[in-house]
Amino acid sequence: MDLVMAPPEMQVVYEHPRSLADVPTRYCPGCTHGIAHRLLAEAIDELGLQERAVLVAPVGCSVFAYEYFNVDACQAAHGRAPAMATGLKRMLPENIVITYQGDGDLVSIGAAEIMHVAARGERITTIFINNAIYGMTGGQMAPTTLPGQKTTSSPLGRDTRRTGAPIRMSEVLAQFDGAAYIVRRSLHDVANIRKAKKAILTALKVQMAGLGFSMVELLSSCPTNWGIAPEKALDWIEQNMIPQFPPGDYKVHDAVKTL
Amino acid sequence: MTKELLKGNIAIAEAAVRAGLEAYFGYPITPQTELLEYLSQRMTELDRVFLQAESEVAAINMVYGAACTGARVMTSSSSPGVSLMQEGMSYIAGSELPCVIVDVMRGGPGLGNILPSQADYFQVTRSAGHGDFHPIVLAPASVQEAIDFVGLAFDLADKYRHMVLLAADGQIGQMMEPAELPPMRPLQKNVPDWALTGAKAREKRVITSLYLKGEEEEAFNLKIQKKLKQIKKNEQRSVEYATEDAELLVIGFGTAGRIAYSAVEAAREKGLRVGLLRPQTLWPFPERRISELADQASGCLVVEMNAGQMVEDVRLAIGGQIPVTFYGRTGGIVPMPDEILAAIEESYSRLQIAV
Ligand SMILES: Cc1ncc(C[n+]2csc(CCOP(=O)(O)OP(=O)(O)O)c2C)c(N)n1
Ligand code: SF4
Ligand SMILES: [Mg+2]
Repeated sequence: MDLVMAPPEMQVVYEHPRSLADVPTRYCPGCTHGIAHRLLAEAIDELGLQERAVLVAPVGCSVFAYEYFNVDACQAAHGRAPAMATGLKRMLPENIVITYQGDGDLVSIGAAEIMHVAARGERITTIFINNAIYGMTGGQMAPTTLPGQKTTSSPLGRDTRRTGAPIRMSEVLAQFDGAAYIVRRSLHDVANIRKAKKAILTALKVQMAGLGFSMVELLSSCPTNWGIAPEKALDWIEQNMIPQFPPGDYKVHDAVKTL
Repeated sequence: MTKELLKGNIAIAEAAVRAGLEAYFGYPITPQTELLEYLSQRMTELDRVFLQAESEVAAINMVYGAACTGARVMTSSSSPGVSLMQEGMSYIAGSELPCVIVDVMRGGPGLGNILPSQADYFQVTRSAGHGDFHPIVLAPASVQEAIDFVGLAFDLADKYRHMVLLAADGQIGQMMEPAELPPMRPLQKNVPDWALTGAKAREKRVITSLYLKGEEEEAFNLKIQKKLKQIKKNEQRSVEYATEDAELLVIGFGTAGRIAYSAVEAAREKGLRVGLLRPQTLWPFPERRISELADQASGCLVVEMNAGQMVEDVRLAIGGQIPVTFYGRTGGIVPMPDEILAAIEESYSRLQIAV
């Protein structure tokens, strides 16, 4: 018995977050959706929000997010999570309402809904997973797909003359007065993951303080549909996505400093 | 309580407030806009939730979110807006959430016009979104009935955890007539045991319409079908006039049914044995009563402000027992009583009345 007891000098440095369900996910090996989940769950735990949080899952690879988090949750139509979150938050002003959305969901089909929550300063928080592709449907071009990037619906590489150039949604949303905290982070290495965690904490605090709409965009990998091994996919984020989508703080409400 | 002169749209809005409406989300579209305008002030006054959405797509998804909390929630629109809402309506059905949707129908297809129409009978009874379901559809024929149906709509929505559509046409929305509003009901206090409120001192709750496995989706569908069967059994509603000895049964809903009433009255004065059945529920369709009446009648005339959509349901209810004829106007034209009377006389003259 004594053998399995931890020596007194050892301490717990990592635990499974309470807000993260202990179930296998359906994400592909090496997909950074999993990292984003863990960060969000840790942030919810650290701020003591598990009993107040209501999560809105999108349509995309993270459609089952409601199974992966130990919080009240629902599942929106493709792109409509911000509208659904609006209905929830208006009825539950004391709760913390979070949408988790992919780039197809948020930038393409749901472009109107996300802009209007930002414009209204809806007190919700959005975790925006930008992997430059439609993951769930098998790797088609998204509005965030990089110029020249090959996808199943741009097999010769994205031709910007015919399909436009990537939309940088954080920059777009930063224009709205109602947006209180809009930042982009990346999940490609430990240092950036730590920054991402901090940003998620801040975004949730912004909602707790009622400052307005908050969003953290996370550059994320899709090894499966990019056709790149997981490790290389992280390099691909750094080399190809970051120049198009520079991490940074695009809107930070004055009061954020005081949080 | 006394009667006041009320415009249909305003009456529906105030009736919803009095039925305990907690949140409204909508988008302007004629001929229902007064409803939204009225609630923008009234709901704010009462410290309840009102929000003008950026589109009908957003409005219905706000309804979806708010309905997840177990609140009494409503939106209103007119035909083109309801087309945009169909996606959200399907998700709401797939998540078994109660809500009320007011559709003040106008002329179509396309942008059509803003005149009263019943051209969306198929849309509301058949195709209120993808997947295998029907909303409950109530069709008022007067401002008073619209008021009464709003309270009923919320009660049915809560009872069955299902969406209820109030299918009015532009005429009902726009006209003014004396009507009596019910007293203010207190807001409901108890939160249902499926509502999202934050998982405080309980297991987490999930609201979804996603069932990846065929067996699970089928099980869910069978559950909805069981519920719909129950609704079909319990909630068929209609009103009748002079049907006791009717040889010709006239059937019309909403405004068309109301005008048909005048025509049937005139036909009776001429000594024709004509009666009227006016469906109050379009889904469930009052097929039981229509089938009974068809046993005694020799013919049926359907009157609608469309090209004859309800005729299909009447034929199904009657099952070929007696001939069914149709008279209707489209494009937002409201038929006059004498037009309908002429159609009645024409149908009547062709009846083979047994002596
Ligand atoms: C209305 C509608 N259109 C299309 C789809 C199909 N669909 C499912 S997921 C998806 C793309 C999701 O991509 P993204 O939001 O980038 O999420 P990811 O899977 O990459 O995380 C699409 C187009 C759908 N479910 N609903
Ligand atoms: S398809 Fe891409 S985004 Fe989806 S789980 Fe797999 S790696 Fe992740
Ligand atoms: Mg994506």
